[in-house]
Amino acid sequence: MSTGTAVQSSPALSAFVGRAAGHGSVLAERGIPTRRVEAWRYTPLRAFTETVWNEAPALSDHDVQSLLDALALPKAESRAVFANGQEAASQTRLSENLVRSQGEAVDPLEDRFSAILNAALRQNGLSIRVPAGVAAGTLVLVSLTSGNAISTHLRHQIVLEDGASLTVFDFNAGDGQYVTNPRFDIVVGKGAQLNHVKLQREGADAGHLALVYASVDANGNYDSFTLNQGSELARHEVVATLTQAHAQVHVNGIQIVDGTRLNDLTSMIHHAAPDCGSRQTVKTVLSESGQGVFQGKILVDRVAQKTDGYQMNQALLLSDKAQINSKPELEIYADDVKCSHGATVGALDDEQLFYLRSRGVPEAEARAILVQAFLLDALDLVTDETLRDVLIRSITA
Amino acid sequence: MNDFLKIQGLEARIDADGTPKEILKGIDLEIPKGEIHAIMGPNGSGKSTLSYVLSGRDDYEVTGGSATFKGQDLLALDPEERAALGVFLAFQSPVELPGVNNANFLRTAVNAVRRARGEDELDAVAFLKAVRAETKRLSMSDEMLKRAVNVGFSGGEKKRNEVLQMRLLQPSFAILDETDSGLDIDALRIVADGVNSLRGPDFSALVITHHQRLLDYIVPDRVHVMAKGKIIFSGGPEVAKTLEKQGYTQFLEAAA
Repeated sequence: MSTGTAVQSSPALSAFVGRAAGHGSVLAERGIPTRRVEAWRYTPLRAFTETVWNEAPALSDHDVQSLLDALALPKAESRAVFANGQEAASQTRLSENLVRSQGEAVDPLEDRFSAILNAALRQNGLSIRVPAGVAAGTLVLVSLTSGNAISTHLRHQIVLEDGASLTVFDFNAGDGQYVTNPRFDIVVGKGAQLNHVKLQREGADAGHLALVYASVDANGNYDSFTLNQGSELARHEVVATLTQAHAQVHVNGIQIVDGTRLNDLTSMIHHAAPDCGSRQTVKTVLSESGQGVFQGKILVDRVAQKTDGYQMNQALLLSDKAQINSKPELEIYADDVKCSHGATVGALDDEQLFYLRSRGVPEAEARAILVQAFLLDALDLVTDETLRDVLIRSITA
Repeated sequence: MNDFLKIQGLEARIDADGTPKEILKGIDLEIPKGEIHAIMGPNGSGKSTLSYVLSGRDDYEVTGGSATFKGQDLLALDPEERAALGVFLAFQSPVELPGVNNANFLRTAVNAVRRARGEDELDAVAFLKAVRAETKRLSMSDEMLKRAVNVGFSGGEKKRNEVLQMRLLQPSFAILDETDSGLDIDALRIVADGVNSLRGPDFSALVITHHQRLLDYIVPDRVHVMAKGKIIFSGGPEVAKTLEKQGYTQFLEAAA
């Protein structure tokens, strides 16, 4: 990337490169993207460049406990807790079906800023594998952050061997002005099933730059759902590759933005084998001066005949000042595929609102009912009922 | 002295693509407690507008006159406050609410109104018992409670769902806006029974209709003829029969 498209010097960049020691060369060369970089056109990182983001200090067991106590975490077979970028060993307990692993070398994805930043500053996250054929239940993976002018860059690796299954509840919360930059590397083996349900409720002043790289083998399924509901600026980015026939990827989500917040869901689904399917339903509810971004690209290789790709994103604007930017992209090199995408933007229906109010339902409650109705078909895509209820509570609370 | 529903000189207009259009041009109407009145009139006479203005839809601008209900300035209240006070509008075209479960909707409405009236909310069991009794009376299947509000309902089912809401919310003043349109004779009878069962000293209604047929089943105390935004004639139930035989012409000519 040439100069002029990225910020080449800024307090944030200098500090990051300094912290990265020997791993910062790509970051130093690429810099922090400006809005002239197409991928960041609607999601400006400028505010983020003026702060010196320091390494996050460890939190005491007591602090971790009180942060955890404030959350209503669902019960699950396994739990792993990270606080300010470090594993809180006393809070982590993994079932015998999750085997800790070394973590393997991964694609650096060097055209993606979230990946470059994570590669430069990476911290050890959770590296596990689920042995072949094992149904490992649910893992609650908690990332807590507390403090100001700090950043964390966890790298998690999850490998499902052939026929294995796992549900991950990926919960992100915190308080303060901080940046979290987690990366997941996910490998879904033949016939394996990974459900990745994420709740992003970072603090109101936080930045969140997450990247998930998933590779799915024959008949495997990476089924993800992300509720983007926190942060001043958040991007959840998924790069998924369907490597063998009959693999499936679902990148579904809901974004709820108010105030001056911006939430972004960006995806690239790469069909590299025939007979695979991908599904995306993303709904965004925007109020006040909230901004939403959806960028979804489907890339279909020449060999990927009989690809079935579906992408739908819908936005509900509750204010004149809110803004949604939606960019679907299809790049198709095979000639026998079924790919569709659609986008709608609308406001609450006055007639529906009046109908509810004429039945005695107060205006605020009537609005909430209609917003939840708008989200219903997306929420129905969360197959795990316990986690779906957690998300519904997060939306309605 | 009637202090139930009193409408005096009511004028209202709607914004039609930037140009204000006068629709109600001075309505005078009183409905005493316990009476059922009917309004008949040609298309475009302002009947539906009157029902919306009374129930609080805000795309109409009231430019003159007043409407009081139980001594309160009705026009100053939000739609939900009017509902709590006892006003109910059965919609001519009931609104579909995709994604909103009908049973949840009914329970939310019933409990919102009960709360506002200072009554205890119904729990799930008590509500279900109440709603089952009503659906049986209206020959509605339980399956209609499980569906989204009015979505995929036939015309008759939608109207029955309106009457179900009316029965559950127990209004003291119901406006039925062409509730008979699109109904076959059996459905008409069921709807009329639903209204008649509420009849009593504490229930009044304004029945808006094109057809005398409905008024064979819901016999009104008074019939008003409306044209061009005004009530041009009022009389007893026999007026409906005259209209059915002779049409509006004589009333329009007499008023001109």
